[in-house]
Amino acid sequence: MSDLNSWLFWPDRVALSVLALAIIVILFLYAARDPMHGVIHSVCNLVTQSTRFISRWLFLSADNLRTRNQSVLLAHSQESSTTMIDREFERVTNIIRKDMQEFPALQRKLMEEVTRIEDDYRKCGEVPAPPPEWVSALESVSKIKSGGDIPRKLLEDINKSMHKIHDKTVAEFRRSYEERHKILKGAQPSWRSVEKLIGEMDKKMVNLNANAKQIDGHMAKFEGIRAKDSKTEHALTTSAFVQLAISALVMMIALGGAFINYKLIALPMSEMVGASDYITDNLKTSDVAALVIILMEASMGLFLLESLRITQLFPKIASMDDRMRRRLMLASLIFLIILAAIESSLALMRDILISDKASLMRDLASAAPPASDGMIANIPMAGQMIMGFVLPFALAFVAIPLESVVHSLRTVIGVLLVQSMRGLGFALRFVGVVFRRIAKVLELTYDILIVIPLMIERWVVKMRNNVPVEGHTRQGIAS
Amino acid sequence: MKRYLSVLILLLSVLFVSACGDSRIHSQGVYMLVDTSGTYAQEMNKAAKIINYLLATLNPGDSLAVAKVETRSFTEKDIIAKVTFDKRPSQATQQKRAFKSKIEAFAKEVKGSAYTDITGGLIQGAEYLNETKAGNKTIVIFSDMQEELDKGAVRDFPIKLDGIRIVALNVTKLHTDNADPRIYLDRLARWEGKVRKAGATDWEMVNDLENNMESILKTR
Repeated sequence: MSDLNSWLFWPDRVALSVLALAIIVILFLYAARDPMHGVIHSVCNLVTQSTRFISRWLFLSADNLRTRNQSVLLAHSQESSTTMIDREFERVTNIIRKDMQEFPALQRKLMEEVTRIEDDYRKCGEVPAPPPEWVSALESVSKIKSGGDIPRKLLEDINKSMHKIHDKTVAEFRRSYEERHKILKGAQPSWRSVEKLIGEMDKKMVNLNANAKQIDGHMAKFEGIRAKDSKTEHALTTSAFVQLAISALVMMIALGGAFINYKLIALPMSEMVGASDYITDNLKTSDVAALVIILMEASMGLFLLESLRITQLFPKIASMDDRMRRRLMLASLIFLIILAAIESSLALMRDILISDKASLMRDLASAAPPASDGMIANIPMAGQMIMGFVLPFALAFVAIPLESVVHSLRTVIGVLLVQSMRGLGFALRFVGVVFRRIAKVLELTYDILIVIPLMIERWVVKMRNNVPVEGHTRQGIAS
Repeated sequence: MKRYLSVLILLLSVLFVSACGDSRIHSQGVYMLVDTSGTYAQEMNKAAKIINYLLATLNPGDSLAVAKVETRSFTEKDIIAKVTFDKRPSQATQQKRAFKSKIEAFAKEVKGSAYTDITGGLIQGAEYLNETKAGNKTIVIFSDMQEELDKGAVRDFPIKLDGIRIVALNVTKLHTDNADPRIYLDRLARWEGKVRKAGATDWEMVNDLENNMESILKTR
């Protein structure tokens, strides 16, 4: 209130003082009208130009970044596609080397089987019935006109012989068929073998065909990458987003496992490094040590998978010669097993410490010890030990999603950065446009405050303009 | 490369030095004075319960000492048991068991003293706690806070309890307090004023030992 009074000319006459103050302010504002308009224009112009300049720079940078992202994405995808195609070709080579080299032997076996079947088939050929030689004999006998009973006797003899020959022929025919059936029965395994061989060949050819189709797919993708078409780029970007989401999910699960692992070894680690040592105010040395063990396990797992060429985060490991790589793999595996064994023993130690503490608490509370559950009481201990041994190996596989995250995160961050820069550029452009328009609004608002002096000014100007006009008129009338 | 290596070594040394320098700051030091004068000696069972609570609550690296308040208490001879727990939890558990045994043995053969020298006990406790270099120092006084000094015991001088928390436990009311509660309230106010003047960080009184035991120790 005292501050307000200091502004009043006559503190006992507030209204008059305020009025006087207002008049002074209005007069000052009227006097400063032109420079103020200039200031408003300059400031708004400055903001407009600056935002426009920054916005243009942002759009340009976003374009450059997009181009860079595109080239990195395509280069990375080209590399991974090349690796995929290489692996597919390697598989095809393996199939051809392993399966196709058996083909000559298989073909030979097949030819043998076919020859055997052919022979059997030939053997099965039907034996034609003996020609009816006796028909001409019958015709000759029938032409004999005399001779009494001789022709009849002859015919009867022929009839007997015919019956005899017929029976013999039928028996021979049956025997022959029986033999042919036997041959055909004997040929059955050969047929089956041929069928099996053809089936095997068909299966191998189907596998080869599937591999060829996959190679075709990869090649189409590869061609798209080489051609740098937007469709492939979009597909690759989307794929990076999906990869990141899946890998992040798996990483979260792995983090859960790591947390359980940490809980399992944090307490017993205090037995090794001391429970009362602190690195910072709230960070115990034993907790950090447990964390270090877990990180070491993850690192060993990473090296193991790198040396197995499952992941390729370290080009140096990938480019090592096979002997060195195998040594590294062996070393990583041994370290991992040692760490797993340490963790398992720490899990056992944890159980011992907890039971010891529980026993002390019972002693301090003078409570009776609980009834022993025998085997059941040992289940958690065994479970902890098994978990302690298994979790490090499970953690080792975190290298696979980690690689995916590393590769896809660059693309995702790049895309998000480009979008953010564009969004910011648009916002700044909008602000620039608003400021260009707002200059006039501010000018008018300023003029509202000094509307009375402006009205007077206009009136005076009008009056001045009218005076010479009236004089001139009078002179005109006089003349 | 050398520059990176030197930076790494520097960072590791800072970490190491900070880790080493910080170890005692987080530890607790507790000195418990148990009044054994007159009828208060019968409260030893309650005192044992509190000691058990302290044993259950204190962590590896913490220090605990239990001393009796006698006719003249400014002496190490009055310390019944003292221990700084090992950093390894398993060893600390063993030490706690041994400590409990000592207290149980003392509780069986406790004898009442003629006088109560609480001030002497406080000076002794402060000396012990300062030696432990614990981060949080607490003197627990299990007494009715009625000081009675024999002839020749000089205690009317300023004492130093800088950085130490004082907790009075089981401050029972005497017959005279029942007749005139102002005596009891004045006694407590006098003690609070005395310890605060001596530089104690806090003064707390806990009479509900069933439900308010956690107020004894200041949590980290």
